[in-house]
Amino acid sequence: MKVWHFSEMAYHPAWPELRDSYRVVIPNRLYDPKIGADLYHRYLDEWALCDELGINIMTNEHHATATCADSVCTIPMAILARETKKVRLLALGMPIGNRNDPIRVAEEYSMLDVISRGRIEMGFVKGVPFEISPANTNPADLMERFWEAHDLILKAMTTHDGPFNWEGVHFHYRSVNVWPRPWQEPHPPVWMPVGSPGSAAEAAERGMTIGVLNTGWVRTPPIFEAYRKKAAEAGRPMTPQRLAYMALIGVGNTREEGQRRADQILDYSRTSGIVAPQFMNPPGYASVAQSAQALRTSGAGFRAGRIQSRDGHAINPREMTVDDAIDAGLSFAGTPDDVFAQLRAFYDHVGGFGHLLMMGQGGLLSHEETVANLTLFSKAVLPRLEELGV
Amino acid sequence: MERIQIGDVSLEVSTAGEGGPLLFLHGGEYFAQNRAFFERLAQRWRVLVTRHPGYGGSERPDGFRSVDDLAYLYLDLLDQQRLSDVVLVGSSFGGWIALEMCVRSVERIGRLALIDPLGVKFSGREQRDIADIYALPADEVLRRTFFAPERTVPDYGKLDDAEAVSIASDRAATALYGWRPYMHDPGLRRWLHRVRVPTLVIWGQSDGIVSPDYGEKLCRSLPDARLERIREAGHYPQIEQPDSVADAIERFARAEVER
Repeated sequence: MKVWHFSEMAYHPAWPELRDSYRVVIPNRLYDPKIGADLYHRYLDEWALCDELGINIMTNEHHATATCADSVCTIPMAILARETKKVRLLALGMPIGNRNDPIRVAEEYSMLDVISRGRIEMGFVKGVPFEISPANTNPADLMERFWEAHDLILKAMTTHDGPFNWEGVHFHYRSVNVWPRPWQEPHPPVWMPVGSPGSAAEAAERGMTIGVLNTGWVRTPPIFEAYRKKAAEAGRPMTPQRLAYMALIGVGNTREEGQRRADQILDYSRTSGIVAPQFMNPPGYASVAQSAQALRTSGAGFRAGRIQSRDGHAINPREMTVDDAIDAGLSFAGTPDDVFAQLRAFYDHVGGFGHLLMMGQGGLLSHEETVANLTLFSKAVLPRLEELGV
Repeated sequence: MERIQIGDVSLEVSTAGEGGPLLFLHGGEYFAQNRAFFERLAQRWRVLVTRHPGYGGSERPDGFRSVDDLAYLYLDLLDQQRLSDVVLVGSSFGGWIALEMCVRSVERIGRLALIDPLGVKFSGREQRDIADIYALPADEVLRRTFFAPERTVPDYGKLDDAEAVSIASDRAATALYGWRPYMHDPGLRRWLHRVRVPTLVIWGQSDGIVSPDYGEKLCRSLPDARLERIREAGHYPQIEQPDSVADAIERFARAEVER
């Protein structure tokens, strides 16, 4: 199993000043670039350490938010492409339905792939609904744009006798000719985060690796099952390496220490969904059926109930405890033995997966604690993952 | 409701009343709340009410996705039905469609009545003429939309499936057609001189989505338009004051006939 360390590079110093929204409408006077620079460097140091620990690296991006100061996922990738030598680098990823220029995305990923000598894995993401407003992209045809961008990017990265013409619905280029071409053939592995069986099936049809985030004990199995089923129908080779699961991981020399680390990382879950409600479901982002349901429940229906306990009742993420998160399968925390036992139980419950996306830093977990968390994981948990047989 | 095939669009059209033809183009939301207004208009005209493709769960062909498409669709409807001297009425988003029709052709249109229309950009790049309904808190949007929201806004918790689906698809369709540039066509203002038809611009005195001031600017940009304000009404005055708005359109129509 491959493990990937992920942090949202939170700008947590602003959090005490925020109440009803951590996103979209918060002015950046709350951001101090001097503190921000220190934070960027420490987060990058933690990723660089992963090269020594044998843990791969995952970045993402969000916009206009204090929960994630990584607004361009390929910038830390670019720094780390040179700073690291061994591990693989995954951006999960690029919101290609919200970016106006897919060719630029192909260029960024290709250049990264060459500089890193073929260590890039490229994610394409729909993006959460509150990314629509910062990008001012049309929510009602987001996925149409997403798939057109996806097709164009892959064609641009795999065409070596260009230029070629592209006059689509959303994107228009008469001379597509991406330099450099990527290192990996035919192109870096493609990932997509999914949150429903429907989108898992769409990814399976195309042989993409899916990353599932915050879906836990209850929602993950049907997503993985939908992927396996569609992959079989489409004649795509099915391996556990097509499936990735994200968990918040706190490991310590004692159970108390590991759980304390997880508790701090959990501030990610407690804050990331705090958004002014008008940005939660822009019209057309969700299906008409989902939006109709949300309408009848005063807007609380869409995205509500996303976090569920093992027995299926809704957990309010703002009040989630470590015990709640472990029960829900969102977090693996405690001693190395605890973490491995929880991981193995989850792995068996969902039918296996090939990638563990480890949120090893979140919220206010300090640099020293993060280094200790990652180091202990690499020494006492990572070697045991072979026992899972993937 | 019947379906009229126009090209690849299966257009939903309801017809009521007798008299000269009046085509009503609805706004982005609150379609069901226009009933009293339609009934009143049907006492004087043969009223055609359409559902724009994509609204109310209606079909929208692939690639049909702009206000230009809607304008040509309704010009085709007038041609196909051989309607002439039509009273064209457009509310909010429907007013934008009506303007886009009239800059293309007023051949079959006798009179134009715009009710708090969208579609034109007057202010500078850092000002907004049209309130951003997607960025304001929901209760503020309601206060800006209606003079008395509590009398008009449905209890969403009590909607049945079909009603909720209809409203959700109206909202998605409005976003599809109007998200960016936001509820306007940057080029439309340049061509407003082509709206060579007597025009009544009706405005809810308390419209907080688009202010009456915008209506005055619009009147000044059109060849033959005057503004009439409706008291105790917001962005959809024909919903809050159906009789006042219908009276205004009737007076306007009579005056033009006499001229």
